[in-house]
Amino acid sequence: MTTTPLPPQGVAAREPGETAPEGAGSGRRNGLQRRASIATKKLSSPWASLIAVVIALLWTTPTIGLLVTSFRPEIDIRSTGWWTIFSNPSFTTANYEQALFGGSQSLWTDLINTIVITLPAVVIPISIALLAAYGFAWIDFKGRNFLFVAIFALQIVPIQVTLIPLLTTYVDLGINGTFWSVWLSHTMFALPLAIFLLHNFMKDIPPSLVEAARVDGAGHVKIFFRVLLPLLVPAIASFAIFQFLWVWNDLLVALTFASGLPNVRPLTVRIAELVGSRGGDWFLLSAGAFVSMIVPMLVFLFLQRYFVRGLLAGSVKG
Amino acid sequence: MDYLREYFSWLFGEIGDFLTNATTTPHKLTLMVVVILLFVLVMGGILFAVDKPKRVPRWAVTAGFVGPAILAVLFGLVYPAIQTMITSTQNRNGTEFVGIDNYITAFTNPQFQVVLRNTALWVILVPIVSTFIGLVYAVLVDRTRFERLAKTLIFLPMAISMVGASIIWRFVYEFRPAERPQIGLLNQLLVLLGLDSQQFTLNPPTNTFFLIAVMVWIQTGFAMTVLSAAIKAIPDDIVEAARLDGLSGARMFRYITVPSIRPALVVVLTTIAMGTLKVFDIVRTMTGGNYQTSVIANEFYTQSFRINEQGLGAALAVILFVLVIPLVVYNIRQMRLAEEIR
Amino acid sequence: MRINSRRRSAAVAGGLGLVLALTACMPGDDEGTEGGGGGEAAGSEECEPFEQYGDLGGTTVSVYTSIVEPESVDQEESYDLFEQCTGATIQYEGSREFEAQLLVRIQAGNAPDIAYIPQPGLLQTIVRDNPDAMVPAPDETEANVDEFFAPSWKEYGTVDGEFYAAPLGANMKSFVWYSPQMFADAGYEIPETWDDMIALSDQIVADGGKPWCAGIESGDATGWPATDFVEDVVLRSAGEDVYDQWVSHEIPFNDPQIVEALDEVAGILKNPDYVNAGFGDVTTIATTPWTDGGFPILEGECWMHRAANFYQNQWPEGTEVAEDGDVFAFYLPSMTEGTQPVLGGGEFVAAFDDRPEVQAFQTYLSSDHWANEKAKMTEAGGWVSANSGLDVENLATDFDKLSSTILASPDAVIRFDASDLMPGAVGAGTFWTEMVNFFALDKSSQEVADAIEASWPAS
Repeated sequence: MTTTPLPPQGVAAREPGETAPEGAGSGRRNGLQRRASIATKKLSSPWASLIAVVIALLWTTPTIGLLVTSFRPEIDIRSTGWWTIFSNPSFTTANYEQALFGGSQSLWTDLINTIVITLPAVVIPISIALLAAYGFAWIDFKGRNFLFVAIFALQIVPIQVTLIPLLTTYVDLGINGTFWSVWLSHTMFALPLAIFLLHNFMKDIPPSLVEAARVDGAGHVKIFFRVLLPLLVPAIASFAIFQFLWVWNDLLVALTFASGLPNVRPLTVRIAELVGSRGGDWFLLSAGAFVSMIVPMLVFLFLQRYFVRGLLAGSVKG
Repeated sequence: MDYLREYFSWLFGEIGDFLTNATTTPHKLTLMVVVILLFVLVMGGILFAVDKPKRVPRWAVTAGFVGPAILAVLFGLVYPAIQTMITSTQNRNGTEFVGIDNYITAFTNPQFQVVLRNTALWVILVPIVSTFIGLVYAVLVDRTRFERLAKTLIFLPMAISMVGASIIWRFVYEFRPAERPQIGLLNQLLVLLGLDSQQFTLNPPTNTFFLIAVMVWIQTGFAMTVLSAAIKAIPDDIVEAARLDGLSGARMFRYITVPSIRPALVVVLTTIAMGTLKVFDIVRTMTGGNYQTSVIANEFYTQSFRINEQGLGAALAVILFVLVIPLVVYNIRQMRLAEEIR
Repeated sequence: MRINSRRRSAAVAGGLGLVLALTACMPGDDEGTEGGGGGEAAGSEECEPFEQYGDLGGTTVSVYTSIVEPESVDQEESYDLFEQCTGATIQYEGSREFEAQLLVRIQAGNAPDIAYIPQPGLLQTIVRDNPDAMVPAPDETEANVDEFFAPSWKEYGTVDGEFYAAPLGANMKSFVWYSPQMFADAGYEIPETWDDMIALSDQIVADGGKPWCAGIESGDATGWPATDFVEDVVLRSAGEDVYDQWVSHEIPFNDPQIVEALDEVAGILKNPDYVNAGFGDVTTIATTPWTDGGFPILEGECWMHRAANFYQNQWPEGTEVAEDGDVFAFYLPSMTEGTQPVLGGGEFVAAFDDRPEVQAFQTYLSSDHWANEKAKMTEAGGWVSANSGLDVENLATDFDKLSSTILASPDAVIRFDASDLMPGAVGAGTFWTEMVNFFALDKSSQEVADAIEASWPAS
């Protein structure tokens, strides 16, 4: 890992021939075209491609292994490696059947619970964080820096230490074992990182935009909604993905605050229980993991295009 | 009056039941939508109230924007953190004040020294390695034909829960004697090369590195996604000018790409470091903290909730806070720096 | 922008409407509608024994346990009659995080009505650390326990002279699993004494086999199967009196007699000629999942695997557990003639509330009526109880009958799993982890015993 595996590119050698002085204004389109042409050259650079392919393989092989495993019979999973399936194929959907329908309660209920937990737990913290980030970025007030740093520093509080104090309060309020305690907890845990990241994005917006609006007599609320929010869509989308993944895959918060009651417990709790009282059915996790992965993957595929393109657009200062 | 009171108690009972006792799917989904709308309404109300530039004092505007967040973290994070600090000076079930005894135990007991060492290894290695790989990969696939597919592949592990990740890596690390059919991929490779199979998760201290690899595997997707966006945001004229100066390849990477995305790098490194400090699931599901692989977050859970040594558990958590302070300070410096430049 | 966002929200609403419509007809939502009706549902004859509990219609008892699916299905079914006849609803929740989460909930004031606690040590800790949380068992429960259980079982549910928790299920841990077919083919006899067993092991080695297989990996509880082995040996080599002193820390953990027992365990499990059949060398014991530890028997590679009666349910589907089947178990022999030490385990029903319905359910669970009901519901086997009112004929499998017979045998000297009785820091802490080091790092018996002794809580 210590060597810097960067490709010796042929770009520099050819470059001088095609570059011509350009004005800053017209440069962007040409620049993009040029980059596109560089891209094709990059692909032809064998080292770059090789390294990229090796990383991609390293990162996907374990998951492919699990995918293959999830379709193998139990006795095979326990006795031979998943790659032997290519020389000695034997497939079954028994693991999925048992993971999906083996329990006394349909997996649908758990899936619905997860959805009901996740959406508010993404929307609420992002909204609160957006407002706070705006406050810290564009409103001048006493103690602003101190407060911002304090909130940033709160990222270090591990969730485990909050379990007992929070649960005690929820019990007093009578909302333990309901969706409310889960929503609240996820909101509070997400805020430090959300405020920190969104604040960074907000700071990147040219002050001239804000100033211009202010001169026009717009208040903070107007500036926030009219000027900043549209520019922040990509940043919001990227944070939303991470918050979504975190909540979707969370086990500890749900386990403690939602309790394992069938009406509230999310998919992760159910899947963790798949292995049985004494852990003997661990092979069922292979199917369970894929079931719970489907939605996050779809969300990523859908939002990826959105936020990468968005980030590009937002970053062009003009 | 009585009638009204009755009516209201009935009404609140009904509302309360609707809000806290969702049992059917339509009810749950309705509740979810209602909650989001309710929340949007409340926030909208606050903003509407402070949106009179002339008549509303500035503190009210500030409170409208920042207040909800501060209230939330005060209740959700500050109060538990203070509680933990108090607990850390008490004995195992909070009946006696013991001063710094728990801290002395944490630092002198060899078992906990290993835990502290492991935590340090995690916090140093995970952010650096995953950011490095993520960055290199982001540069390599930038603007190639397969960019989207390539990025999705690396991001994939982020979508997998920790329970899923642990089972995935079980099929990589699983040990069987060399002469028997292998289940773990890595050992299969070793056997193919004519070497002896290894117990990757068992032998300290290398086993910690194999657990760290799992976290790197997960976090690289995060680093790659954020850094890729940052790379795309580098103004073309800078790249252009550098190219005119004859920079290319590794030197372009070193002198242009990296400095240009420095703020993003700091954010990524810090975020991953913070996440790593709190890492718990990987260790818990893969080794249970055995074979000298435990880290502070896992040890806190074990001590507090399984062994019921709450004072000691809390002391470990406080040590965790303290360990992160340098990271926080560094970040604040960076933020100040960035602001000065601006 | 505004139009745009309105259109978007309309689309979201539309999408949700669709989801609502789709999910409205999904199955699995009708939980909780049954069981609220009260008395008359079941036949009056069936309900007769429940009259003592009165009408509990409309009440709910929450139960929190470490028993999850599939075992929890039988467990829940065994409450059906109680629910039908009294009208009470039992709200069952099983979690693999039970031990940790129970403490969290008690401290947060959110204790369940009833918890099945598998460790008397944890029971004591809870009573002593949270004096107001657990309530003593009602007189009716105590009467049941006096009638149906041996005094030692009652003792485990008693803290400081106050009786809290009645035993529920029981485990019988002193078993060695083997393949009857393999033994028959090789002409081996089931060993009757410890020395016979060692002689048999040597015979197997001489015949070119590896006699023993084992695995102690069990997630965050890794190490516990090895503690059971040690306890079984202490009970045999040092006797039950020393065992009791060891548990209560009247003798230190590194007492020579305990170290000796550890050495005896090492003689089998750390003997490279004996282990680890089908898995590799000695260190593989530390990383082999406990649940897979005996599987090499099925492949004909391993001869003996010491594991509790509940290992019955770990065998892969289609394995026949019977004296003439694929696998069966023999009693781990004693070291001295005429004694029959048995290592046992089990759950205890602790209550955190004294509402009538909670007490009624507690009492029901301690009765012979429930024990037989549970035995009938457990069709696949794998459950026994120390309840003397349990009719052995109601048990599903021959193996369960064997376990139950040994537990109920008058010669049996039953001792509860020591690690479950010791303070959490040892019993769920260093005893486990040091046993892992015993195999993984090849720590000596003395080193292991010293390390555990050093970790014993002062008070």
